[in-house]
Amino acid sequence: MDRRRFLAGTAATATVVVLPLAPAAATPDAMAEAIRKVVGSATLTEGRVNLDVPPLVENGSTVPLIVSVDSPMTAADYVKAIHVFNEKNPQPNVFSARLGPGNGKAIVGTRIKLGDSQRIIAIAETSDGRFWSAGADVIVTLAACLEEST
Amino acid sequence: MSNILVNAPKTASRGAVIEIKALILHPMETGFRPGANGRIIPRNIIERFTATWNGTEIFAMDMSSAIAANPFVSFFAVANESGTVVLRWTGDEGFAVEERVAIAVE
Repeated sequence: MDRRRFLAGTAATATVVVLPLAPAAATPDAMAEAIRKVVGSATLTEGRVNLDVPPLVENGSTVPLIVSVDSPMTAADYVKAIHVFNEKNPQPNVFSARLGPGNGKAIVGTRIKLGDSQRIIAIAETSDGRFWSAGADVIVTLAACLEEST
Repeated sequence: MSNILVNAPKTASRGAVIEIKALILHPMETGFRPGANGRIIPRNIIERFTATWNGTEIFAMDMSSAIAANPFVSFFAVANESGTVVLRWTGDEGFAVEERVAIAVE
């Protein structure tokens, strides 16, 4: 076997090994489990949710985050809950908000802490029992401080 | 030692969707950080924020250690009747604070 064919073969094997792992790497176990606790056996569909978070933040201690869901917010069709998860903070949960038709708009804003550059996932539960999601990658140059300032 | 800042319109036309923003001073100590003596500083966070309009809950949020210090929350509400919006924060170490905002709907 000459070198060129050997390299081509290695590349092909690597592709086969890496591909099935890629989705799992995007959602580490703790976050996947936290999401499963909320979603249960229902299917998670991407869409309808808009996660507004800066792609690059200098200070992970205070990161503005706005979740908005495309919903008419009427008594017949509204967003019941909005959940936000992260993959690399010590805990996967960020917040869970409960909403109803009395909100008029399914928009929740807050500020969060990020311990590292990571992916954030927002999940919305609509009144028909379906789950919608959106994700965003955030690069953090200075992580939320791990030690007490002296 | 609770300083609260609430931004909500004093008056609203009936049926309008208004934004309510609330900020409260709180350290939101995560419980994962070592202090100056090397020991972990015990967790002290706000666990729950609720908003009621004339007694009916319109918004609730369960917070975690990942919410930044001095938690800020913004949400929307339909102005159906004049009344009082009560914002309530509860958390570790018996933390419980309330703020009332009167909104006139015409």
